Amino acid sequence: MLKIENLKARIGDKEILSGINLEIKAGEVHAIMGPNGSGKSTLSAVIAGKEEYEVTDGTIFLNDENIEDLSPEERAHKGIFLSFQYPVEIPGVTVTNFIKTAINEGRKARGEAELPAKDMLKLIREKADLLEMDRKFLSRSLNQGFSGGEKKRNEIFQMAMLEPKLAILDETDSGLDIDALKIVANGVNKLRNKDNAVIVITHYQRLLDYIVPDFVHVLHNGKIVKSGGKELALELEAKGYDWLK
Amino acid sequence: MELKDKLISSFIAFENNGNVDLDSAVHAIRTKAIQNFEAEGFPSKKDEEWKYTNLKSLLRQDYSLFNKGENNVDYNTIKPYIISDIDSYNLIFIDGVFNSFLSETTHDESDICVLSAALSKPKYNILIDNYFNTVAADKNSLSALNTAFTNEGAYINIPKNTIVSKPIQILNFSTGSEKNVLIQPRNLIMVGENSHVQIIERHQNLSKNHTFTNAVTEIFVNKRAIVDYYKIQNDTDNSSLIDSTFVQQKQHSVASVSTFSFGGKLTRNNLEFQHEGEHITSNLNGISILNKNQHVDSHTLVEHKFPNCESHELYKGIYADTSTGVFNGKVIVRQAAQKTNAFQQNNNILMNDGATINAKPQLEIFADDVKCSHGCTIGQLDESALFYMQSRGIPKKEAKALLLYAFGNDVIEKIKIPQLKTIITGLIADKLGVNLGFDL
Repeated sequence: MLKIENLKARIGDKEILSGINLEIKAGEVHAIMGPNGSGKSTLSAVIAGKEEYEVTDGTIFLNDENIEDLSPEERAHKGIFLSFQYPVEIPGVTVTNFIKTAINEGRKARGEAELPAKDMLKLIREKADLLEMDRKFLSRSLNQGFSGGEKKRNEIFQMAMLEPKLAILDETDSGLDIDALKIVANGVNKLRNKDNAVIVITHYQRLLDYIVPDFVHVLHNGKIVKSGGKELALELEAKGYDWLK
Repeated sequence: MELKDKLISSFIAFENNGNVDLDSAVHAIRTKAIQNFEAEGFPSKKDEEWKYTNLKSLLRQDYSLFNKGENNVDYNTIKPYIISDIDSYNLIFIDGVFNSFLSETTHDESDICVLSAALSKPKYNILIDNYFNTVAADKNSLSALNTAFTNEGAYINIPKNTIVSKPIQILNFSTGSEKNVLIQPRNLIMVGENSHVQIIERHQNLSKNHTFTNAVTEIFVNKRAIVDYYKIQNDTDNSSLIDSTFVQQKQHSVASVSTFSFGGKLTRNNLEFQHEGEHITSNLNGISILNKNQHVDSHTLVEHKFPNCESHELYKGIYADTSTGVFNGKVIVRQAAQKTNAFQQNNNILMNDGATINAKPQLEIFADDVKCSHGCTIGQLDESALFYMQSRGIPKKEAKALLLYAFGNDVIEKIKIPQLKTIITGLIADKLGVNLGFDL
């Protein structure tokens, strides 16, 4: 699904990723952990194609295609989804209209017809129910005045609508209380199947109790310094990161 | 001959053409106005209030001052500029001349008709004497010029306790029958106690010839009356507009003026509110979205003279290419105006290096028990917000448009006529070059 080879990236003069190697197969869940400033969010932004970062070396393959020259929207059309740590507020554009636009732009790019309004509505309701979202929520302006938990739930709602091949959840657990965390994790688990993959970026083991990873990687100073199974997350929780530096 | 001299020497001919009664009050007002204009002339960049708007290129043209004949246009030509899916009164002027065939006027409850009739018929004398050119008088040389040549425009008189059942559209079309045309519409609007009216105003050039419009509107809002006034400015690249709108309000009245500036070569909006009583609310809203070499100057003044009044001002600007914007918002709170609430906000986005905004918030507060605030920002499009939308598969161009729409949303939300809101969002989408695929 995703293959990253010796990826180096910088912003301005500052190198943030210093040679990342990572392979993710369909059906897998990978957790990326690490202290603040280790490059976790940069890695997710670079995979999603954020233009502020300059890739200086290495390659990212999505299903054997080098995606280096693709814009963020083209990457989205090919099935990459990034759930933001800080989703953006867009007054005047409702949740429904935003997701409709996103879905139909994707379909247009893949040469498919727009989804008929009736089917769209049905899909929106189905996915909103999956995330136990109030229907009223759908006609509110995107993220405007949403609580931290509502913003994250709305991110996973969009993920559910877009059905990505590779979903990257960047600190989706931050700002969530335990009930909201369960709902969000439950939503993600229901969306998992043998054909898609998930990268979970988190500081804490807590989320991984609910979204159980197949692999855990520790990022430090822009490099993966240790990889292991789900038990590595528990070890990190107990010992902190210092022993790995 | 310079335009100023040409105008002054045309004045007598203009009055003769109109068969003006030399004993009438209007004749005296016009004569005084042309003298004022002669003394002051057109404003130049040396004038502090005109520092950022240069009229030189506009004044260099040779204008045809009087419309030579009746220029007919058919309904289909003007239909795109009329909001046709609402029932409305329509006052339609072609090259400054009222077109009764295309208009829908009334004298039933209210007088919704034309100024030329009001100026010439004796039964209107009292109203003309009491209102005409009372708030606009001598405010600037351009409104004096308009007064001197006042001939035609909307005359709207709403008696007390009247909710006008449908909006009024005032539409000024220019057919470009001559190379350069100067049009000077003059509107007089009086709204009685407890009455409510919604008005939409638009200027539209139908040709490739140059039109210079110097418009003046006086609005009188009596006790507890409510006036919603909308200005759609989406004219062609060879049209320039100087608009001066003066609003006088009595106690407990609410007046809102919203200006949507997307088109035109050079636009100057002078907007002034005068308070004549307590518990008055004035709302000033505006959005400018400019590109190419367009210029829009929003010059506003709210003068609080009485206690317990409010003003809310919200102006947003988006500037691309080499366009220029000016925001000059002046709020004066006189010593007597205790317990005033005056808020002003002006936010601007510069899309690229070549675009310019000159923003000048001015607050002069002489009272000590007031709440006044102002905020002015100039920034660029938020790159992380753009990335957010792109990461959901929305292409950059559409993402930009959505963000800009969101930026202007709080002004758009204030539009109280749903069909007008649809028209404005459509104009914004056109201006941003996108089809957003849904009704915003």
